[in-house]
Amino acid sequence: MDLEIVTPEKKVFEGEVQSVTFPGSDGSFQILNDHAALISSLKEGYVVYKDRNGEHEVEITGGMVEVLNNQVIVLAEGVL
Amino acid sequence: MANLKEVKNRINSVISTQQITKAMKMVSAAKLRRAQDNIIQLRPYAKKLNVLLQNLSSGSDMEDDNPYSVERPVEKVLLIVVTSDRGLCGAFNSNIHKAAIQQIEKNYKSINDRGDLTILPLGKKGFDFFRKRNYKIIDTYWDVFSDLSFASATEAAVYSMKSFLDGSFDRVEVIYNEFKNVATQILRVEQFLPILPIENDGPTKDIDYIFQPDKQSILIELIPKSLKVQLYKCILESNASEQGARMTAMDKATENAGELLKDLKLMYNRTRQAAITTELTEIVAGAQALG
Repeated sequence: MDLEIVTPEKKVFEGEVQSVTFPGSDGSFQILNDHAALISSLKEGYVVYKDRNGEHEVEITGGMVEVLNNQVIVLAEGVL
Repeated sequence: MANLKEVKNRINSVISTQQITKAMKMVSAAKLRRAQDNIIQLRPYAKKLNVLLQNLSSGSDMEDDNPYSVERPVEKVLLIVVTSDRGLCGAFNSNIHKAAIQQIEKNYKSINDRGDLTILPLGKKGFDFFRKRNYKIIDTYWDVFSDLSFASATEAAVYSMKSFLDGSFDRVEVIYNEFKNVATQILRVEQFLPILPIENDGPTKDIDYIFQPDKQSILIELIPKSLKVQLYKCILESNASEQGARMTAMDKATENAGELLKDLKLMYNRTRQAAITTELTEIVAGAQALG
């Protein structure tokens, strides 16, 4: 699946990932391939994604995530 | 005819002015590129946010209980006027001031006479202008351009949203210059609050999303975000326009200085030649008198 992390100031990440974990406002959750369509708000915390080169994390200050047809789009307020 | 030294001094001063305007043009060109980059960087975020809002609001009755789209009788108005911090950019700021005053005179005259019109200037020039003319202003946010970032730009947006919700203002408008190209700015007056209905372009997709925590609270969270982005975009556009306007103004100034210099040099040489001629005539006349 494709992950895209954007903030108003820049595009932080774009690429193919195997899994991604979000700091949801109701608690942390993970998205894997072929996840159902989902929109969730995010609180501040780490977005952890796994791609071919291993695990990476991005600290965000809250935002939104939309999952649709294996396209994961993170609208982050900002990244630290 | 002016004496040689005077002309020489003027030439020197014009040359140094020309050097300054040329340097300012270069600086603006570099800043313009950065300002344009900022706009481009914002685009993916703004676009995705819009798509998300459209997907969410399609086929829903959310419009009704969205507190940001409540239309109230317009009693109190806030005008956000985006200018620049620095001058020397042609008619950039005065166009904005003119447009703001025109907007007040045309649409909100009685409100202004009542003292219910407030201006929120962004940029030092607008702040000075409206303060001098005794408009009611909010002077907390004018300093956005000294350190332009999304966070600092959104403070003004947050303020206007808050005061719209608690009823301090019934309508918020933004006046700014939109960047078309280096030489052209388009003046825009846009309604910021209450929100105009979200336009749905293209067929509405009915996607069965899972919402976390729930649809209503997500929408309530998304709308302020999109408003912040909207204002941030206005500020970025204005910033790029400012640099463009300054570049054009300074280019023109450099050109004018060049022309002035040409005239002055001609005058200098004429004066010099006239002086030589006079001297020669004097010498010849003196020699003749002796011989």
